[in-house]
Amino acid sequence: MSFWVMFRLLTYREGKKMSKQQQHWEKTRMLLFVTLAIWFVFSIGIFFFGAEMEASSIRPLGYPLSYYMTCQGSLGIFVILIFWFANRQEKIDEEFGYTEREDD
Amino acid sequence: MFKGKFIDNLPKIYGTYTGGFIVFIILMAIAEQAGMSAKLIGIFFVAFTVLIYALIGYLSRTMQTDAYYVAGRQVPTVFNGMATAADWMSGASFVAMAGGIYFKGYGYMALLVGWTGGYVLVASLLAPYLRKFGCYTVPDFIGTRYGGNLARLSAVIVLTVASFTYVTAQINATGTIASVALDIPFNIAVYVGLASILMCSMLGGMRAVTWTQVAQYIVLIIAYLLPVFWISNKMGAGVFPHFMLADEVARIGELEAQFGLGEIKNSAADLKQVPKGLAGITKAHAEVNTTPWKFISLAVCMMAGTASLPHVMMRYFTTPSVKAARRSVGWSLFFIFLLYSSAPMLATLSKLSLMDPNLATGIIGKSITEVQAIDWYQNWNQANLMFVSDFNGNGTLELNEFFMGGKAVVLATPEIAGLPYVISGLVAAGGMAAAMSTADGLVLAISNALSHDVYYKMINPKAETAKRLIVARVLLVIIGFAGATIAALEIQGILGSVIWAFDFAMSGLFFPLVLGVWWKRANAQGAVAGMLGGLIAGTAYLIAVRNGYPGFWGVTQLTFGIIGSLVSLVLMVVVSLMTKAPDAATQRMVDEVRIPSGKAILGKQH
Repeated sequence: MSFWVMFRLLTYREGKKMSKQQQHWEKTRMLLFVTLAIWFVFSIGIFFFGAEMEASSIRPLGYPLSYYMTCQGSLGIFVILIFWFANRQEKIDEEFGYTEREDD
Repeated sequence: MFKGKFIDNLPKIYGTYTGGFIVFIILMAIAEQAGMSAKLIGIFFVAFTVLIYALIGYLSRTMQTDAYYVAGRQVPTVFNGMATAADWMSGASFVAMAGGIYFKGYGYMALLVGWTGGYVLVASLLAPYLRKFGCYTVPDFIGTRYGGNLARLSAVIVLTVASFTYVTAQINATGTIASVALDIPFNIAVYVGLASILMCSMLGGMRAVTWTQVAQYIVLIIAYLLPVFWISNKMGAGVFPHFMLADEVARIGELEAQFGLGEIKNSAADLKQVPKGLAGITKAHAEVNTTPWKFISLAVCMMAGTASLPHVMMRYFTTPSVKAARRSVGWSLFFIFLLYSSAPMLATLSKLSLMDPNLATGIIGKSITEVQAIDWYQNWNQANLMFVSDFNGNGTLELNEFFMGGKAVVLATPEIAGLPYVISGLVAAGGMAAAMSTADGLVLAISNALSHDVYYKMINPKAETAKRLIVARVLLVIIGFAGATIAALEIQGILGSVIWAFDFAMSGLFFPLVLGVWWKRANAQGAVAGMLGGLIAGTAYLIAVRNGYPGFWGVTQLTFGIIGSLVSLVLMVVVSLMTKAPDAATQRMVDEVRIPSGKAILGKQH
């Protein structure tokens, strides 16, 4: 318990001391970890369970789940994930005033 | 010049182009009805499209370095996505992927996951930061971030090894398609392919390649999707096969069981009669990539390889901003998704149309003489892509008596399903577009690295622009010819070489690139050790496995990048920590890279 309080205190003070740029990077890194975690689940994680997916009663559009994930599911999730990531990163950049001036 | 106006008019220009192409297809269809020969239609399709690309290449000629190296950094997000998709989807994706799925099923589909999942890494770890850096080439980033010619040169070496392995496969693919469509021998067709590739890239460098790649994407996606929808409709499987093929997938399983899949085997003596490179459909899918680890390790290699292949990365140097680079990765993957999600559908439709006795096209169970009399069988048998033989002498074609090359799934299915020949011509044009666009990007990546990083940055830093660009073009031609010469030897199949290229790139470049942005402490010594050590370890493992070494951790010759990149990571971290931290200027540079706004690290002209 006391350890937890110490930890919070430390991270809190650290947070206060961080410059704008450090805070921006901290948030960017957090976003990276979240993005990579989702990526890991759908590119690696689920394929440890190929046989279970094959036998699963969840059958999107009637396809076996393993087949579905390899030919549409994971692929589609990656597309959405990249756009989501880009949006979040733009928000972070905006928050810290790092948005580029000229836009296309 | 027309540049500013040209960029604003892009949707109109490519809209007109697409419309024109569709009109061309319709004209060809009419010509076919009027009795134009199949051969002539094939020649028209390939020649017409290649001429258009060459014209675009000529119109995009330039004598400015930033136009030559990074297309002037003004390619809009969506168009860069299309260009990247064409750059990415090679002859292997177009011609061989559906065939791979056809024969190997789920296990093979690790490539689909790997070749798309890698883009998440590109978007989140690398592309926006390298765009901010403002480099012309990938070694340009390595050389400036870590400092020193040794780091730059190491990056050039890894890039050349990986891209060159890849490009021979692509020139091989252009040769295959040109030889079938134009009806000329393969070793001549290879040089015809090369000439088309050089016409697109030589005069305008990245600018020319960008605008031809967009044009090539449009051709290849029409050529891939149109037959898929058409066949699906024709077979009564539904208008939109992506959502409606579940019954067909189940039916294939049923038929396979009925025909005795997995029980009937061919004897070695029988198999000797089968021409090289053709495969039977008797192997149960469950036998490929049996363990999850095999599936995952292949996917991991393809993903890390995607993020380290320089011809992909350099496409994101051409966007107007960091934000655009990030979004552009999403668009790239969207355009790739359109084709990749269709490949399994094509494989399913192709398999069913050959197997199902209820369909007019089904051949399994028919009499051998009847099959041998079919027109398309004779055509593709002649092209060495199809073979039947009555091994057991009972007169009917069994599952284990039919053999087919992987390429035939894409190239021959329209014909098998009874589509007009105009579709086959279109497919040939699409395959040509896919192989050419990737070859363009690769040849340019190599020659840019050699001309910019080796010649200009290391040998002759005082060279004036005109001289640099002439050197760049001479190198482009030399590399193209070297690639074509090796392609004509046909050492490794198309798909095998492509997979190796990913492993090479991953072994040498993945961690040096990623840590260059994400780990400030990484220094030149560490990066050099990582690049060279990784490449050497990976290559050594590949050679050992090829020579009979059993390998460890289930790492095969297709996944040797795992060994290479692990060695690279360990060496890079250990050597970096043992040597001096990068100086304050470098650390500031990394900080600068991490924020999107502000000036690029390297100037507009460098």
